Amino acid sequence: MSGTVTPPLLRMSDVHVRLSGSHILQGVDLTVRRGGVTALLGRNGAGKTTTVKAVLGLVPSTGTIEFTGSDGRNQRLSGRRTHEIVRHGIGYAPEDREVFGGLTVAENLTLAERRNSPHHHDRVYELFPELKQRSRQLAGTLSGGQQQMVAIARLLLNDNQLLLIDEPTKGLAPLLVAEVAEVLARAAEEVTILLVEQNLTVVRRMADDAIVVDQGRIAWSGPAPELMADADRTRELLGVATTGGHA
Amino acid sequence: MSTVVLLTITGLGLAALYFLVASGLSLIFGLMGVLNFAHGAFLTIGAYGTWWASDHLPGAGSTGWGFVLAVVFGVAVGTAVAALIELALIRPLYERHIEQVLVTVGLSLALVALVRATWGADPHPFPRPEWTQRTTSVLGANVPNDRFLLIGSAVVVLVAVLAFLRFTRFGLIIRAGVENRSMVTALGIDVRRAFTLVFAIGGAFAALAGALGGIYLGSISPGQGTSLLIFAFIVVVIGGMSSITGTAVAAVLVGLVQQFANYYAASGVGDLSVVLLLAAVLLARPSGLTARLA
Ligand SMILES: Nc1ncnc2c1ncn2[C@@H]1O[C@H](COP(=O)(O)OP(=O)(O)O)[C@@H](O)[C@H]1O
Ligand SMILES: [Mg+2]
Repeated sequence: MSGTVTPPLLRMSDVHVRLSGSHILQGVDLTVRRGGVTALLGRNGAGKTTTVKAVLGLVPSTGTIEFTGSDGRNQRLSGRRTHEIVRHGIGYAPEDREVFGGLTVAENLTLAERRNSPHHHDRVYELFPELKQRSRQLAGTLSGGQQQMVAIARLLLNDNQLLLIDEPTKGLAPLLVAEVAEVLARAAEEVTILLVEQNLTVVRRMADDAIVVDQGRIAWSGPAPELMADADRTRELLGVATTGGHA
Repeated sequence: MSTVVLLTITGLGLAALYFLVASGLSLIFGLMGVLNFAHGAFLTIGAYGTWWASDHLPGAGSTGWGFVLAVVFGVAVGTAVAALIELALIRPLYERHIEQVLVTVGLSLALVALVRATWGADPHPFPRPEWTQRTTSVLGANVPNDRFLLIGSAVVVLVAVLAFLRFTRFGLIIRAGVENRSMVTALGIDVRRAFTLVFAIGGAFAALAGALGGIYLGSISPGQGTSLLIFAFIVVVIGGMSSITGTAVAAVLVGLVQQFANYYAASGVGDLSVVLLLAAVLLARPSGLTARLA
């Protein structure tokens, strides 16, 4: 081990989360390296969403969460408020999209403009021409796929260093799954992504690294192809077979 | 006919007061989840601030621009007190709604007691510019001008709030925050600044209602705000808890029902009918008239 190894973009050490009396995260240790896509995997209820929310300060946690941005400065995220954490350049697309249904598409994007970042409306509308046509439509009247586009557009509007994306393909038709994966793959060329994903076809296509959560602890981490190649291990950890290539 | 006209315009004047108090309550509840029981105290502060200024503030008086200045002073004090209360007492209890509500209950008692200790429990005559005491003939009815002042002020406030919510970034943040506060923070926005703002706005409107209520009633007393607050809460619930237009419609309903019932049934029946109206609306539409802001 040399002393010049670049620190990971995100490091969580011994992170615990307790919610309404339940001990949900029981000492999570993980790192996300800069660049590429790290998949956060695990069965339903394993603690993936809670892990992401802990990073954002959306749930109270104990332990250490550190972020080392491109300026090389190590920032302690734990204990900070959500809006301060996000301003380090962290974008979040939640599991249920959480676009603002009572606001128009354009208002959803305006709201997402972060003060300390340039705003790339052009890039977003180029990726999602449909959103431009529907910019004056209330987001609540969009289809699930269109709402997911708004949620992803919010991520790409600002200059971010890390995107936390929670099950972006959940509930989408196969064609839309492919479209979302394509957009995220393009985004991943410029920004690090921590991707919670149940669709293993998408994982296989995009993920460089994989982290598996099980019952609030990290059960496995390493190169994604290694995990995907090991049918026994994926069955054991994720409860699914990786062969068969279902979308 | 002239009775109906008079009752209608007076009912709308009352509705204007209810709206001014209820709109702030509804913004605060919608965004922060806090039922602000101190809101009636903001009204009392606005009334006493105006009354005090009309006598003591240089340049202020009880007629013309002097009176306008007195009202501005009363509103400014109400606004400042509301903002300070949010910063000093509500903010430290962030996300602890029960404690926040208890603080506002305590404040409402304390502020009223403070006013009573300073200026006594007895009513004081309120300065009334002469124009407000004259009448204007509308379809045969002689309507006191203060009704028009009340209605006009509420309409201006309604239009201003809707424009603010619709066209400003803070308005956007408030509309989004009413829907989903935590997602607003996840976009990098310090939603607490909007909390202070809605408290200040609510305090300003309530204080204005205090000054206008003083003109309407002709006198002020420490408990006035608290009794008006009950009807304002009913208006908020009927209006759907966090909708400005819903609040405006509900205020008109409550004001009219109260006036007409008091006149055609018996005095006091008006208050009862308002409660019946509340029950009827909640039975027919449990979430109030409208569930969306603006
Ligand atoms: N607010 C909460 N209160 C209590 N338990 C919760 C709460 N949120 C999630 N949980 C529980 O925590 C566990 C992990 O949830 P989550 O992180 O959403 O899992 P995943 O995203 O991996 O499906 C689940 O058992 C879930 O029921
Ligand atoms: Mg989840």
